[in-house]
Amino acid sequence: MYKYDQYDHAMVRARVEEFRDQTRRRIEGKLNDDQFKPLRLKNGLYLQLHAYMLRVAIPYGTLNSSQMRTLAHIARKYDRGYGHFTTRQNIQYNWIKLEEAPDILAELAEVEMHAIQTSGESIRNISADQYAGAAADEIVDPRPWAEMIRQMTTFMPEFSYLPRKFKIAVIATAADRAALRWHDFAVRIVKSPNENGAGEIGFEVYAGGGMGRTPFIAYKIRDFLPTSQILSYLQAVLRVWNRNARRDNIHKQRMKILVHELGEEEFRRQVEEEFQHFLTLGDDFPQAEYDRIAAYFAPPPFETGLNEDIDRSDPDFALWLDRQVAAHKAPGYAIVNISLKPTGQIPGDISADQMDLVADLAERYSFDELRATHAQNLVLPHVKKQDLCQVWTALNEAGLGEANLDLVTDIIACPGLDYCSLANARSIPLAQKLSERFADPARQEDVGELKIKISGCINACGHHHAGNIGILGVDRKGSESYQLLLGGSGDEDTTQAKIAGPGFDESGIVDAVERAVDRYVQIREPGERFIDTYRRVGMDGFKEAIYG
Amino acid sequence: MKILTGNNLRNGRVVWWDGQGWSVHVEDAADVGDQADAILAREDAACRVNGGYAIEAEPDPSGHGVRPSHIKDRVRAYGPTVRPDLTLRPADPDAGTWVI
Repeated sequence: MYKYDQYDHAMVRARVEEFRDQTRRRIEGKLNDDQFKPLRLKNGLYLQLHAYMLRVAIPYGTLNSSQMRTLAHIARKYDRGYGHFTTRQNIQYNWIKLEEAPDILAELAEVEMHAIQTSGESIRNISADQYAGAAADEIVDPRPWAEMIRQMTTFMPEFSYLPRKFKIAVIATAADRAALRWHDFAVRIVKSPNENGAGEIGFEVYAGGGMGRTPFIAYKIRDFLPTSQILSYLQAVLRVWNRNARRDNIHKQRMKILVHELGEEEFRRQVEEEFQHFLTLGDDFPQAEYDRIAAYFAPPPFETGLNEDIDRSDPDFALWLDRQVAAHKAPGYAIVNISLKPTGQIPGDISADQMDLVADLAERYSFDELRATHAQNLVLPHVKKQDLCQVWTALNEAGLGEANLDLVTDIIACPGLDYCSLANARSIPLAQKLSERFADPARQEDVGELKIKISGCINACGHHHAGNIGILGVDRKGSESYQLLLGGSGDEDTTQAKIAGPGFDESGIVDAVERAVDRYVQIREPGERFIDTYRRVGMDGFKEAIYG
Repeated sequence: MKILTGNNLRNGRVVWWDGQGWSVHVEDAADVGDQADAILAREDAACRVNGGYAIEAEPDPSGHGVRPSHIKDRVRAYGPTVRPDLTLRPADPDAGTWVI
């Protein structure tokens, strides 16, 4: 993974000291809240319902064990013994003291981490496939480009005061594990469609996606962009948006609104025009710079001649194997998904002790690497098949051995009204009740792939627009109410979920979800997932079962 | 009745105006009548609270203290309903129902 050089260290440490001074001035009354708020947000520090909340960036979801141990240490020393992995592959802490925030940032800087651009009108943490560098179906590791984009966009003056936040994703597989088309800007690495370009790789480029109150799925605006031109193209997109965005209306400032209002063709035309200008500036990275960055992401020294056989005699282990382990590109290795969704627990929450355990496993069994996923789980990307049973045993003993990846209990939920000052309704209790309702492993396996996503407000941090079953919490005259949506997807078959009908109260929505699931089981055809059945029969096929 | 809440500037804790200063217990909250803006301006200037605001509340049905009218402020007063161990009333099994 990427290692800071002297400039990275100097920039991040300087930023910590700058924020220490800003915090001191705020506490002394030399800055008022209006002056201080944008400064703390630029360092990932929010004011939430119960305290300050610090969101720490995990670039493209990649961590090493010493970083994870530092996150555990921060949870113990500065918070209340736990952290929460988010839908942007970040981690956040809910009980931070302002006067201690600079010390936390200083401790993060020592392990090459920070909270820069995890808030505010900036280019947010760049997300990527959590299997990057390990996936059997990957063309190349996409993280060198994610890192170059990160370096280019961090602290760049032109993009420091954007109209709104801007989210980027990078993947290199046909399978989409990063919700690509729900991003403002996203690229998928592909092989050249040109016969003369055999072997050449480039980017399929998408723009104008996003969730929130006005959801849009990104358009593909380019079939093939040479990888060496990515920085020019991204700058062209950002400049077109920055120049034309609706800065007069906070609800219309995201780039998706501009793309929608200009229309796909006109947006593309303006970007291409700007792109031609950028190409003349020579801003793109030379091959030597790509090679320098890519060297940090060189594959670890995989052993060869490893035994591929796995003893499946323990049925619980076999269940976990089939559900949580994915194919690796190196023979004898596997990708391990760690569920942060044990029955009845809070999606994405992890204790400091569990963080330490996962760090130990990464160090011992996965070449010191870990990944955070946008679905609020973790990944050990490079585990020898012969070590899987030891890893499972250790995870199981720590309460992390759940076998529910992509099943009905692998629920994405935002913090909701239990923590978030923007929320209208609680999300987590619904996730807990649904998790308990469908806890039976045999029932989950029978239902199969079904992605439930819950947001406590229209900002959609819980990705309800992309849920096979989505739930949106709303405020109904001071009480919590929940809308049910069906048919969304954040995968390669991206679709936007539709509202089923009238809303429900807390217990009513759990029953309604169960009725929808039961209806699917009743009418599915062989091999159909929930989303397939929904697409075949439409909302009408479910409505009567849901509403009676 | 109208009561005042905010977050302690230094440590972020939820606090309630009790007529003399800021308490972490909502049952201490005092009715500020039409003095909300004046108190908040003074307290903000003194750097004691962050993001202070006035809310509607009613006398608590228990006869002791007040109950904020909106669920969001009741969650602030109690703590996260999903982590009763982290609330101000970790030993009270019925405390969560007060929020809802």
